Amino acid sequence: MAAVEQVVQSEPGTGRVKMRGDNVRVYYGEKQALFDVNLDIYEREVTALIGPSGCGKSTFLRCLNRMNDVVEICRVEGSITMDGQDIYAKDVDPVHLRAQVGMVFQKPNPFPKSIYDNVAYGPRIHGLVSSKSQLDDLVEESLRKASIWEEVKDRLDAPGTGLSGGQQQRLCIARAIAVKPEVILMDEPCSALDPIATAKIEDLIHELRENYTIVIVTHSMQQAARVSQKTAFFHLGNLVEVGDTEKIFTNPEDERTQGYITGRFG
Amino acid sequence: MESEEHIVTAFDDELEKLTTLISQMSGLAEAQFAAVMKAVESRNDELAEQVRDGDKEIDDLEDQIEALAVKTIALRQPMANDLRSIVASMKTAADIERIGDYAKNIAKRTIVLNQVPRLPVTRSVMRMGQSVAEMMKDVFDAYLQGDAEKAIEVWEADEDVDNHYTSLFRELLTYMMEDPRHISPCTHLLFIAKNIERMGDLCTNVAETLYYREKGVRLSQTRPKGNSANQMLVEPDA
Repeated sequence: MAAVEQVVQSEPGTGRVKMRGDNVRVYYGEKQALFDVNLDIYEREVTALIGPSGCGKSTFLRCLNRMNDVVEICRVEGSITMDGQDIYAKDVDPVHLRAQVGMVFQKPNPFPKSIYDNVAYGPRIHGLVSSKSQLDDLVEESLRKASIWEEVKDRLDAPGTGLSGGQQQRLCIARAIAVKPEVILMDEPCSALDPIATAKIEDLIHELRENYTIVIVTHSMQQAARVSQKTAFFHLGNLVEVGDTEKIFTNPEDERTQGYITGRFG
Repeated sequence: MESEEHIVTAFDDELEKLTTLISQMSGLAEAQFAAVMKAVESRNDELAEQVRDGDKEIDDLEDQIEALAVKTIALRQPMANDLRSIVASMKTAADIERIGDYAKNIAKRTIVLNQVPRLPVTRSVMRMGQSVAEMMKDVFDAYLQGDAEKAIEVWEADEDVDNHYTSLFRELLTYMMEDPRHISPCTHLLFIAKNIERMGDLCTNVAETLYYREKGVRLSQTRPKGNSANQMLVEPDA
């Protein structure tokens, strides 16, 4: 029996809480989008946020690197911490925070620059390197970690926008990695990609987990099941249920979770 | 079982079809077993032959269930209770198929047994058959009704069958020792009893599968087991 369980369970992360949402409430003007969400994000694990459109999963994701700051009418209450530090504290620089908590979006959005510069941009503005050769190394390392180095090493000067959709997305992941983040947020990173490109991103997510904490919002339940260790189900602005992915997809506790993942409402 | 319907209604149709097939298959297996016990009781060759030939229908149903289950998994990517329900269908179909095989085996042995005089111990085998027939009925009813509590009752009832088998084992060996001419019919009866005992075990499998389907967790405790015939030694009086 023990042997069977070993096969089924993927190796766990460090078991340490990397980020913690405590009674997170988010308002867009008068409208409340999130209601007292308490969610722990564990270090070096992939946490998938699922739920029907408008359930608040992307809103929560955006709280984790203060992307909501740029939305004028948006108000965040409660607390969100990383390594125990309040990321909404007055002395936290959101730009610095977003380097630590990187983000990859639904639609690949490379800068209209060369492949090299797309990756080099972050390290340059954050002053992470002191020489051209250091920068070269960091660009290569980042592209390698994003599993795209072999495909682009001979054309680093070509525009990033000329790559295929899947390659662009991996370039964006390389760009996020280049500034040495600890957490990577992904907002439906594969929804614009074909199945092969999706599989490559999923494979990459699996590898990235060794070094990074990943939070992914996805509309594909199969994708959540494939890539994550923890799954959180949101509905109408509430966190309904969170748990081990295997448990959520074979035996969820809450009827709403069950109804959603089995395709009975949504 | 399901309170709400799927958005994709064809998915509901497939799940319903699986349930219908299991219902047919379990009904057939129960009928086969009842018929073969009747054939043992009434020493009826013709009925035994019918049972022997009727097993194919059960096998065909298992194939149908497996094909539909695989198709549904491939096309619908079922989750949670849907996934458990489909996996349960496949496992249960395999268990019912085995029950059918045992009924068929009993039928073959009945035809042989009918060629020699009846032994009184046959009555005890019949009683054991009745207990298992009840387990079978209960567990299949529970399966179709989604009744996990009833599944536990069946699961626990198997202990009595085990005990019954062990005492039959002893009794049959004693018969054989009394008179070597009993060895051939007693061996057939012993196999019949063993088949019935195995059918009881398969009913507990179905109960476990059903429990998991309903609750999402396994019946974790070890099943109460009766005395075991495995380690029994019966020696002639010196």
